[in-house]
Amino acid sequence: MKQDYVLHLADTHLILGQRLGEWCGHNVVLEQDIAMSNIALDLLGQCRSLYQYAAELGGNKQTEDQLAFLRGERQYKNHLLVEQPNGDFAFTIARQFFFDVYHQLLCEELVKCSDKQLQAIAEKSLKEVRYHLTWSSEWMIRLGDGTTESHQRLQTAVNELWMWTHELTTTASYEEALDVPRPSDFKAAWHAKVSAILKEATLEIPAESTKQAGGKEGVHTEHLGFILSEMQMMQRTYPGMTW
Amino acid sequence: MTEQEIFDKKIDDDVRIEPKDWMPEAYRKTLIRQISQHAHSEYVGMLPEANWITRAPTLRRKATLLAKVQDEAGHGLYLYSAMETLGMSRQQSLDDLHSGKAKYSSIFNYPTLTWADIGTIGWLVDGAAILNQVPLCRTSYGPYARAMVRVCKEESFHQRQGFEIMMALSAGTAEQKEMAQDAINRWWWPTLMMFGPKDSESGNSELSMRWRIKRFSNDELRQKFVDMMVPQAEFLGLKVPDEKLKWNAEKNGYDFGEIDWEEFWRVVKGHGQCNKQRLDARRKAHDDGAWVREAATAYAEKRAQREATKKGA
Amino acid sequence: MSKDWPLWEVFIRSRQGLDHKHVGSLHAPDTRMAMENARDVYTRRQEGVSIWVVASKDIHASNPDEAAQFFDPAEDKVYRHPTFYNVPDDIEHM
Repeated sequence: MKQDYVLHLADTHLILGQRLGEWCGHNVVLEQDIAMSNIALDLLGQCRSLYQYAAELGGNKQTEDQLAFLRGERQYKNHLLVEQPNGDFAFTIARQFFFDVYHQLLCEELVKCSDKQLQAIAEKSLKEVRYHLTWSSEWMIRLGDGTTESHQRLQTAVNELWMWTHELTTTASYEEALDVPRPSDFKAAWHAKVSAILKEATLEIPAESTKQAGGKEGVHTEHLGFILSEMQMMQRTYPGMTW
Repeated sequence: MTEQEIFDKKIDDDVRIEPKDWMPEAYRKTLIRQISQHAHSEYVGMLPEANWITRAPTLRRKATLLAKVQDEAGHGLYLYSAMETLGMSRQQSLDDLHSGKAKYSSIFNYPTLTWADIGTIGWLVDGAAILNQVPLCRTSYGPYARAMVRVCKEESFHQRQGFEIMMALSAGTAEQKEMAQDAINRWWWPTLMMFGPKDSESGNSELSMRWRIKRFSNDELRQKFVDMMVPQAEFLGLKVPDEKLKWNAEKNGYDFGEIDWEEFWRVVKGHGQCNKQRLDARRKAHDDGAWVREAATAYAEKRAQREATKKGA
Repeated sequence: MSKDWPLWEVFIRSRQGLDHKHVGSLHAPDTRMAMENARDVYTRRQEGVSIWVVASKDIHASNPDEAAQFFDPAEDKVYRHPTFYNVPDDIEHM
């Protein structure tokens, strides 16, 4: 049960880190290439701590890499939001911003939970996440209140991503059963923060749309399969080897 | 003393030239050409390695590769900055890259086909780059030398990272060893080409040496590289793909075969496998980012104006 | 042809107690992003505890052509240095 939860966190970090990694070498300006890679590296660092902890909880001598590279798409428990393709820069920024707001709220709760390991991981993450949120919020405002084109592009991204954000503040069965934060408890806080930034960015808050969920329970969009087939290609093609 | 004499004396006394100092036009041009080529190499050089970030075989390898490619972006940035002190803007320089006018190291026009290529690039290609770069920490132009000090400091992690990948492969299964050998077979000769044409055919070398922009000749560095790398390849259990490679006790170095200069010039002139692919990727990133850069500028102006109005009120 | 974002100079204090030192430059549209870019570009290896960014256009540099009149007059004022003065060797704490 607890392993499910830790895997859910780890998977979410890894998949978003993987997506951001796709930008490396292709970003809009060198300075931002470096900035985005920094965020990806933070996420990868966090996912490693989490997978290592999950491996420990599993108690069957699995390694972080086996958990990351040898589980199939129905076993992955990341949010649907983070597996959405990068799209244009506006899309990536909006996805990041929605996630960062959630991530900060989560870490702020997680540092208070009874599990010492999760607490320690969250404490380290919190510093990183605060920076991520500052960075993505500023880009939201810059693009929203920039040019007509950037405003339109970002508004489109916000609208299209909106249905995937719902899942960020849902509580899965394994969260119900554990002494861990319930994301549904910070639904209002998430909305308040997101609305404030959207407003400053002169963007419309989207009307309620279909609420997509399922990732946390292992039911994904078509995108995840492609991410995994690329990401797991080495471990699957050359089983059991050391790299 | 004339300006030229003052400049010459500084060069002879190993005193650095700084941005606002008088310098001969040809010196400035040579520097711009070399620094821009160097900056573009870092920038384009991100691409073949970035190819493998999403496919790295372990989480640790994924993170270190990403950090490494990120460093290349940093190196490009330091070098573009050094170039700007000579009055060449980054935009102008990128335009020259995108139009095909400016050159970058041909090594990045070769494809990265397997994971072993990532190890080989770190070990061999970065090894060659370090040999080229370490003397540049003492190059005569101050901002270039300072940028290179930073680059070299960071570069040593890259080579170790590459060597570690190669060690894992050579300690691995038959398949992994084969992958490693295949990679060195493909990368060895292009890496030797990184040191440039033979001294006898290198047009710019002599003046660059006189001005202490360069401190070792192409052939000197190439020899040093071979002498350094052969024992490392042996340690890894890999065969250097050169039938003529032989220790020469008299010169205390290796004799080695002739580079395929036709291939060298073909790739330099734009006809390598990936020349088009790499430039297309650079142009696309730049073009796709145009609206983002414009938006950030527009927002900065708006905010500055709002703040000015607030202060005025 | 599009234009670069403005250029900024970056100064970093590597440890408490030390001066800020010039480390390089970068492009950014405004102060905030200049600061963040400086953090992302120049402190990836814990190189700093404090950052200054200054718009490059705001830096005024002395003119190398005037270097002689600027700096040479200090050359013969050796009495500003402690070694100019004779003190017997057996005097301590001086």
